[in-house]
Amino acid sequence: MAVSLREYRAKISSTQSLKKITRAMELIAASRIIKAQHQAAAAAPYSRELTRAVSALATYSDVEHILTTENPNAKRAGVLIVTSDRGLAGAYASNVLKEAEQLTERLHAEGKEIDYFLTGRKAEAYFSFRQREYLESWTGFSDKPTYENARAIGDRLIHAGGHGLDEEELAAISAVDELYVVFTRFRSMLTQEATAIRLFPLEIVESEEAPAESDLLPLYEFEPSTEAVLDALLPKYLYSRIYYCLLQAAASELAARQKAMKSATDNAEDLIQKYTRIANQARQAGITQEISEIVGGANALADTAGSE
Amino acid sequence: MTLHVSMVAADRVVWSGKAKEVMARTVEGDLGILSGHSPLMSLLIPGVVRIDSEDGETVRAVVGDGFISVANNEVSIISEDVSLASELDAAKVRSELEEARAQEDEYRTLLGEAKLRLAEIGS
Repeated sequence: MAVSLREYRAKISSTQSLKKITRAMELIAASRIIKAQHQAAAAAPYSRELTRAVSALATYSDVEHILTTENPNAKRAGVLIVTSDRGLAGAYASNVLKEAEQLTERLHAEGKEIDYFLTGRKAEAYFSFRQREYLESWTGFSDKPTYENARAIGDRLIHAGGHGLDEEELAAISAVDELYVVFTRFRSMLTQEATAIRLFPLEIVESEEAPAESDLLPLYEFEPSTEAVLDALLPKYLYSRIYYCLLQAAASELAARQKAMKSATDNAEDLIQKYTRIANQARQAGITQEISEIVGGANALADTAGSE
Repeated sequence: MTLHVSMVAADRVVWSGKAKEVMARTVEGDLGILSGHSPLMSLLIPGVVRIDSEDGETVRAVVGDGFISVANNEVSIISEDVSLASELDAAKVRSELEEARAQEDEYRTLLGEAKLRLAEIGS
């Protein structure tokens, strides 16, 4: 007996309590995914209406707006990295960070400097461990983002782009020419994909369905003016895009956590089975040894009694 | 012909259905929309939106910054903050309003005043 029976029993019971924890986390993640998906579905009409309005504006106006026009001499780029607050979600956070590193390389190759904005404690930890600088970070809502969170981030990012500020203020803060967001797209419960998209200059996302005949954009009259409507709409469009990214990331995080916790639970079950078998063997070996000792002892006694 | 109205907030669809008339407050002044209105997109200011629905019901809601778009008898009222009259609680609104006044937050004050007016009519 290499390890005593008691040690195996201790291992089994600790693995069992571990299994209970991972199982509970798996179930919590599973129930929250449904909520996150509902939230994403509820936010869809707002973003659909905004997209329609923005594409109508883009189609019928030749207005140049700083959020829509590409700057060929872009020097600074802002990158928003959306990660989770907590671990135990498999490779979720590291996939996002890997994607962010690829984007960083690409932007550096294009000769741009990068300002980082982070959400989630995982990204914060990653950056501070490597002593890399970032402009701002937000934490505490990675698995249940609200629109308010998205607005706070959007506000800060628009200011990073220097919109709505006078020149002095602009010079004081770093102004970015482009803005990217790295987040995890929720494809299905099984696949989540870390992606980088550009927030501005805006790439207006057309709806995926082909427009029906009646869906042709009407000739809107804009009040008070095209510029004013565009000015009011674009920030809202940006917030709603960020909100979309946060919601997708939340659903992905929960799905990744569920998957990770499911395999942890399965592994714990395997371990329990393995340890139970070894423990049974050890117990049997102990019994066998005891019996042979008793039998041996009895025989020895009988032998000495017979010889006397 | 009737109007198809949908009132959408950032995280939910607040109200949608058929209506005879929609009244909203825009930067250009109060705006009334009947069926057959020409395509229009206008900015909303914090205030009350009234919808006379087809079955004779009057829906009132407070909206914040946002916009209204009208096309082909479809009206979309889109705003980050939308609250229906039935969801407002006068006491809560009053304390929110005081807070907004104390912080000199002009937008919240306007929104709070509109909410309070509506909450008092409702009760």
